[in-house]
Amino acid sequence: MIHDSLIRERLVTGDKTAADVTRDISRPILNQPSSAWKIGFTLSLIFLGIFGVSLFWTVWTGIGVWNINKSVMWGWDITNFVFWVGIGHAGTLISAVLLLFRQKWRMSINRSAEAMTIFAVVCAAMFPVFHMGRVWVGYWALPLPNAFGSLWVNFNSPLLWDVFAISTYFSVSLLFWYIGMIPDIATIRDKVKTKTAKFWYNFFSMGWTGSTRSWARYELVSLILAGISTPLVLSVHTIVSADFATSVIPGWHTTIFPPYFVAGAIFSGFGMVATLLVVARKVMNYENYITIGHLEAMTKIIMVTGTLVGIAYLTEFFIAWYSVVEYEQYAFINRATGPYWWAYWSMMSCNLIAPQVFWFKWARTTPWFIFIMSIVVNVGMWFERFVIIVTSLHRDYLPSSWVMYSGSLTEVGLFLGTFGIFFTCFFLFAKFLPVINMSEVKTILRNRE
Amino acid sequence: MKLRLRREMHWIRIDRYYSFVSEKESMTRENDIADADSTDKGEYKHWENVSVIHQPMMCQHCAQAPCETVCPVLATSHSSEGLNQMTYNRCIGTKYCGNNCPYKVRRFNWFRYNDNDKFDFHFNNPLGKMVINPDVTVRTRGVMEKCSFCVQRIQEAKLKVKREGGNMKNVQVETACQRACPSNAIVFGDLHNPDSDISKLHRNERAFSVLDELNVQSSVKYMTKIRNTETI
Ligand code: SF4
Repeated sequence: MIHDSLIRERLVTGDKTAADVTRDISRPILNQPSSAWKIGFTLSLIFLGIFGVSLFWTVWTGIGVWNINKSVMWGWDITNFVFWVGIGHAGTLISAVLLLFRQKWRMSINRSAEAMTIFAVVCAAMFPVFHMGRVWVGYWALPLPNAFGSLWVNFNSPLLWDVFAISTYFSVSLLFWYIGMIPDIATIRDKVKTKTAKFWYNFFSMGWTGSTRSWARYELVSLILAGISTPLVLSVHTIVSADFATSVIPGWHTTIFPPYFVAGAIFSGFGMVATLLVVARKVMNYENYITIGHLEAMTKIIMVTGTLVGIAYLTEFFIAWYSVVEYEQYAFINRATGPYWWAYWSMMSCNLIAPQVFWFKWARTTPWFIFIMSIVVNVGMWFERFVIIVTSLHRDYLPSSWVMYSGSLTEVGLFLGTFGIFFTCFFLFAKFLPVINMSEVKTILRNRE
Repeated sequence: MKLRLRREMHWIRIDRYYSFVSEKESMTRENDIADADSTDKGEYKHWENVSVIHQPMMCQHCAQAPCETVCPVLATSHSSEGLNQMTYNRCIGTKYCGNNCPYKVRRFNWFRYNDNDKFDFHFNNPLGKMVINPDVTVRTRGVMEKCSFCVQRIQEAKLKVKREGGNMKNVQVETACQRACPSNAIVFGDLHNPDSDISKLHRNERAFSVLDELNVQSSVKYMTKIRNTETI
């Protein structure tokens, strides 16, 4: 029996044994899908279809089917991109940073958070790729040797940094997720019955035997990957923010962006993790693994990062005033009181004001309330990106180019469609892979024989 | 339709700004102007006394061009002659340059406009096509474009000098807008040559750059109008 604190709440409740853990967590994989799963999956496929149609229409006809115009050349597309990349942040934070800090509560949520990261990055990647006027030559943004002469990419461009940042982030996260899953895949391999399933789980378990030597190496690799991923938590959104921060547009040209974006990303990432887990623990009966304690810890992070983001909003205002730059001042006044005031105030209320309810214990421990709040958080974060991108562009330097912008049906379709991609992947994940890290959770059980 | 979505395709546009000086105060804020427009409050007695600032606006060919640094594939770059060049066939259409241009002079090809029945302005038949300038590339869908300072005319002059000998200093290249302007308000020339008309005008104390404070070092300068008013 391991040391059991008297005051700390247990990380896994319900007096589970190691055998219980394996049984509970491999249940959805070994059994037929439940009807909840079927309904959810069908819905996701419908949204995936919406994505397909919108994307086809965009690529077939031209970016002109969106409503972006001569001044606001980025609209919903880049808003959605930053939104999804932001969501992707919680996974790495939970698995890497919390691993390094030896926060054991991460163990029952890291698997699904990492999966979420990967799917969110896939959704995010759709936008910078398909916002290109000529996607079919999009590979020119990669530094590939080519037959066009000495043509090379522009290392000055933040968009190029994005290419590197996001692809690194994606590959490291995928690797981390997969390596962490190998012991569990091996467990499943030993349990499945059909031949095909055995073959695939066997293939992906890479011949895992569970020997001490394998475990030692596994631990080491996890630690190394955690070390590599930790700077990525900070770098990816820093670089995404550089898309704006390095430009000359008032409202974009701000040095506060990197920390502010990273805080926002963690904020929205935890929002999404909370959305998913509140539902998943209920539907899959994992209340003993993803306990109220887990939800509470996440709400605390949401509150802290939300407040940080709020402070950043206020700082921006202060700096605009303090800078005595007319354009800067106008950009911020226009945000709050101009034609897009509603977007600004939605952002303010969802991101700064709303999370303050988590000062109250009741709010932190009531799952349905956390669910609603997590949606509010993500709505707020979408508006944040919309505010940054659209309100800055729609009125910049020369008033003759001031315009209004609102998304077209295709743009909305693409956005809704990415939820299709995301949830389709997530449902497949929940069906075919263990949603909770069995091998790690077993190490924190109280009831260990 | 295109205009409603604010997708004008001009390489040069004419900006007009109104300023209105009354006893009260000068009025430049858009809300004030909108108010004055929509009401007959009678407050604005000097409504006739409005002055118009007229400013043709096109690519300023900035020496420190914000559009150039942000392109991931170097589709817009600086020529050794100081032009900001747009390489249409390198452009992948991220539109980042358009966002980052402080003058908002970059235009995007939202659709395939040529040989497209939906955009038939009598340009889809061989006769109509003869109207199109043969020296200018037809842009495809999904690329950026902007004022090129009539690079085709500069090129033509250079080739002529190469062929026939002589000195570029003595060749006068005229841009299309310059030729079209009946009052000779547009002057184009070689800034490297201190004796050229354009260099003299650039040294004139009436010359100013738009958004000079951004230090993008535009190559285009405007001549301010001397008005006999107290404030502007
Ligand atoms: S005016 Fe705009 S498009 Fe022209 S060089 Fe300057 S930044 Fe680039």
